[in-house]
Amino acid sequence: MDEARIARRRLSPRLWLAGGWLLLALLAAIFAPLVAPQDPLAQDLMLERLPPFWLDGAEPGYWLGTDSLGRDLLSRLIFGGRIAFIVAFAAAIAACLVGSTLGLVAGYFGGWADRIISRIVDVWMAFPPVLFAILLVAVLGTGLSSVILAIGIIDWTRFCRVIRAEAMGQSRMDYVENARIAGYGRIGIMLREVLPNVVPSIVALLSLEMGIAVIVEAILSFVNLSISTDDPTWGGIIAEGRLSIHQAWWVLVFPLITLILTVLSFSQFGEALKTRFDPVLR
Amino acid sequence: MSACLDIRDLSAVLPNGQRVLRSVSLSVQPGEVRALVGESGAGKTMIGKAVLGVLPSSVRIVEGNMKLEGEDLGKLQPKARRTLIGARTALIPQDPLTALNPSRRIGPQMTDRLVRILGWGGEKADTRIRQLLDEVQIRDPDRVLKSYPHELSGGMRQRVLIAAAFAAEPRLIVADEPTTALDVTVQKQILRLIAELQREHGTAILFVTHDLGVVAKISQKVSVLYAGKVVEEADTAALFAAPEHPYTRALMAATPRYTDPFASLMPVDETVLAGLAAEIAAADQAWRRPHG
Repeated sequence: MDEARIARRRLSPRLWLAGGWLLLALLAAIFAPLVAPQDPLAQDLMLERLPPFWLDGAEPGYWLGTDSLGRDLLSRLIFGGRIAFIVAFAAAIAACLVGSTLGLVAGYFGGWADRIISRIVDVWMAFPPVLFAILLVAVLGTGLSSVILAIGIIDWTRFCRVIRAEAMGQSRMDYVENARIAGYGRIGIMLREVLPNVVPSIVALLSLEMGIAVIVEAILSFVNLSISTDDPTWGGIIAEGRLSIHQAWWVLVFPLITLILTVLSFSQFGEALKTRFDPVLR
Repeated sequence: MSACLDIRDLSAVLPNGQRVLRSVSLSVQPGEVRALVGESGAGKTMIGKAVLGVLPSSVRIVEGNMKLEGEDLGKLQPKARRTLIGARTALIPQDPLTALNPSRRIGPQMTDRLVRILGWGGEKADTRIRQLLDEVQIRDPDRVLKSYPHELSGGMRQRVLIAAAFAAEPRLIVADEPTTALDVTVQKQILRLIAELQREHGTAILFVTHDLGVVAKISQKVSVLYAGKVVEEADTAALFAAPEHPYTRALMAATPRYTDPFASLMPVDETVLAGLAAEIAAADQAWRRPHG
């Protein structure tokens, strides 16, 4: 027990590294107009395809270089983070609310409720998620709210399946039986005895889902189905960078690194939070 | 004065029609400890669960009735039944680890129930809980009430559960093998505690166990159960002095004795089991005839 605890302490840099990156990216996104060195939309054909700062020909003030229209890459990444984070939070919370509620009901009540919800989940998961997302956005129309809605509609099953399994195990526990003997109602027991025990999993999934939402948003903007304004998005920058990979690799590489770091941080942060939240593991 | 618990001809079946309880009758008088002995699978726990209204959904009661302090449980509306069972009974469970919610502190877990059952205020409930913790000889209630279940030892958790069971002054406690999951040295203390609290509070206990040694120590009456059927019922002293049913005798012969630890253990005799099987088959036959 003690050894395991010490090992977990040692692992907790994971929490700080992941949380640190997320906080940095989040703050940069929130205060984008203040921190971004340039206007992300300002085009200047005199400055096109400037390399990042450590290469010959770099201009001061354009740290990560510019794209083929002379727009500052760092500024575009920072502003792109705004959309990425808005989508991450809103979509993950939407998916979490729907999925966790249905999962809890299915797992705890069992019987018909479980059969119906589980069948819906099965059918839902038979759709390839990315195609489903593209289809949904095509139907709902492009725009921030449709992207959020699409991710929520697709990914609630992830919460539902995990929370259902956990609630099922919980409902067989003696303390649930004890609460029934004491005369508590079913919904009361679900909220009072079962829910607190699945919260660590919900937290971990929520963080994981935020990472997934970032990816899905990037995919949608990569195929130009995210938001239709001129605002930069990570997926959009990647799509542009792909076209000029031979002349300016940095336009592709930096947004990719940003995307990977963010998604990785979300999943690691979630795992670390789970251990923090769980009274038995803590 | 009516019995605290009176079970008459209780039969329960599985979905495949197999009987798990075979016309069980037993009663527990107020303030009395009734032991329910039998090997695993004999249906001891099933009877306890039936009384507390928490039978698994696959098990169906098909016959008989249960009266809790004169009230026929089968005739009550589900809600009224829940309220009655909640107020009059409590459970001391077998496994003290899974009987406490791991993500909630001990204090709120214990007080919540009193608030629920007795409608008390939080402070009154807290005082009562501390009093009970003192009775189960927990000397540092502040620490215990603030702890999560995994931070306490098995014996401590069982003490907490005993305190919780007695706290709302139930008329009947079902103790479902409360010492089985514990260390042998702790078993004795826990058993003594239950006996002590039982005497002080005058609570009737239905004590489910497979351990005849425990039966002798704690109970006044015994029902011996085999395959969901009561094969013998007697005063504890009388049963140990002169067991009537061959199965009871065989069960006693199979109990290891501290006085002669090197004696080889005897399994229950084959011919006795064969006799029992015939007895049960005949009973089932007779039972099925009127029930189709």
